[in-house]
Amino acid sequence: MNPVANPPVATPFFFYGLAAIMIIGGVLVITRKNAVHSALALISTLLAQAGLYLMLYAPFVAGVQIILYAGGIMVLFLFVIMLINIDRSMKERQFNKQWLIGIVAAAMLGGLFISVYTKGKSLFPDGRLTFVESGNTQGIAGLLYDPHTGMYMFAFEIASLLLLVAIIGAVVMAKKRI
Amino acid sequence: MGEIVQYIQSYLGSDKTPGAAGNLFWEFVYIVAVFLGLSVAVIAMNWLERKILAHMQVRLGPMRVGPHGLLQPIADALKLLLKEDIMPAEADPFVFWMAPLIVVLAAFTVFVVVPFGPTHAITDMNIGILFMLGVSSLSVLGIVTAGWASNSHYPMMGALRSSAQMISYEVAMGLAVVSVILMTSLNDTGIGTLSMIGIVRAQQAQGVWFVFKFFPLGLVGFFIFAVAMVAETNRAPFDLPEAESELTAGFHTEYSGFRWSLFFLAEYSAMIAVSSIAVTLWLGGWLRPFPNLLNGPTWDLVFSLFPGVTFLFFAAICFYNTARMPKHPLFKIQTMGLAGFGVVLGLIGLALFIPPVRDRVGDIFWFCAKVAAFMYLYIWYRGTFPRYRFDQLMKVGWKVLLPISLAVLVLTAIAGFVEAPFKEWLSQVL
Repeated sequence: MNPVANPPVATPFFFYGLAAIMIIGGVLVITRKNAVHSALALISTLLAQAGLYLMLYAPFVAGVQIILYAGGIMVLFLFVIMLINIDRSMKERQFNKQWLIGIVAAAMLGGLFISVYTKGKSLFPDGRLTFVESGNTQGIAGLLYDPHTGMYMFAFEIASLLLLVAIIGAVVMAKKRI
Repeated sequence: MGEIVQYIQSYLGSDKTPGAAGNLFWEFVYIVAVFLGLSVAVIAMNWLERKILAHMQVRLGPMRVGPHGLLQPIADALKLLLKEDIMPAEADPFVFWMAPLIVVLAAFTVFVVVPFGPTHAITDMNIGILFMLGVSSLSVLGIVTAGWASNSHYPMMGALRSSAQMISYEVAMGLAVVSVILMTSLNDTGIGTLSMIGIVRAQQAQGVWFVFKFFPLGLVGFFIFAVAMVAETNRAPFDLPEAESELTAGFHTEYSGFRWSLFFLAEYSAMIAVSSIAVTLWLGGWLRPFPNLLNGPTWDLVFSLFPGVTFLFFAAICFYNTARMPKHPLFKIQTMGLAGFGVVLGLIGLALFIPPVRDRVGDIFWFCAKVAAFMYLYIWYRGTFPRYRFDQLMKVGWKVLLPISLAVLVLTAIAGFVEAPFKEWLSQVL
């Protein structure tokens, strides 16, 4: 089944643009001294990532990415960052100069990238979870809950249980007297 | 040349939105039309809010600039553009510059999916309502960064308040929206939808606006959304982020001139955006009232005359007030201007009676009329309710609206399951 009804508009152009925004944003996140600037760079990275999801014909994931990460979690990040003293954090050392571990980690990540780039096609099955764009949300719901095709229900419920435990843990730790 | 004309004409018979049909020309036309319409609506709201609030408080409101202050918004806009643009010395320049842009972008982008009619939307997305909620939730980023970048106490307090408030009310709002999405799955096909046009079509298929579906459930969900949307847009009685008596002007205290007018523009277009979500989800979007009770060709004709009659009514008000203008020679230009405005409105009204125009604008008219009712409610709230205290606001959000919306969600799901068996049982008993 060909999921693409209309041919995509200038796909490589948008991909390189979004990827550039993500990389620049990611670099800015770790190089800016001011934590608020880092958070804003992270938001632009997350929004560009939502754009990449759109290009992969996953509009539902893109919408959830915007509503949860950019609109929800990052606002809480900013909320916390604004409460701490920026002036003191500006004077702190930004990098802890662990060159050896850094180089090893970077080399491993680079090796991973190169191996995926060279034999990426054989690693992934061809377009298994693609839905027509007009039925994307319904398709995801079918994969999660449908009695016949719902193969991810258990994983989904386990993940939500994990989140519930984390929420209860956060409340218990934050409150002195329950 | 011929190809271009053909490309433009190829869309005209289509029953899809320009975005879904992939016609770039009409997409552009619709984007410009929505943007212009929105700007005019914001200008009109500016004038109407001052006039209506004034009349509620037994004042006259703006009367000097133009007849009955009709040109006041234009004068205000000119003043704002000419005003000195001040930036606090210790402010963070880049973030200070970015913040109003984020708010305006978020407020205008959501109109991409607002369905003014079955084909009158810029585009129709499979994730329409999710897109609207997601993008409008980005505006809180602009407010928070505006408050922080000003490097001043009042804006900071306003920003903290607004982020806490908007995140809290987003939860109840989202759950109320989910209950509507559950209702869309109860049509013949049994598949729900997040698309804005799909939601209205589901109401059409089920023959009921969702505000009346599973009576009181739809109404309660609608009420929760109506409260949460006022809090989301930082309007009275939930205008704590910009509470004048406590925080001067809240997060936009340090903004002036053009940047401030961007915040103003964003606030009003966000109000229109959330009202159009409420209209689409609960009040049947572009559908005209009483489609089941008053049906048939005669009633269709009567309801299709409404847009023209409304404009003629506005024109009549203009002429009535032209006759009441003071007869002093100094008021001559104003009287002529008001009469001219009346003539323009009357001509628009007459144009709306032409059958092909009438058929195309009917749905847009009903959508805008419903949104306008919400806009009036916003002004009415502002004239009526005193401001909430912040702890009361949090209490209402988390301890009242959230549990009720959860209950509505669960009860809607149960009602959806038992509806068909119950009707079957009822038909057997009776």
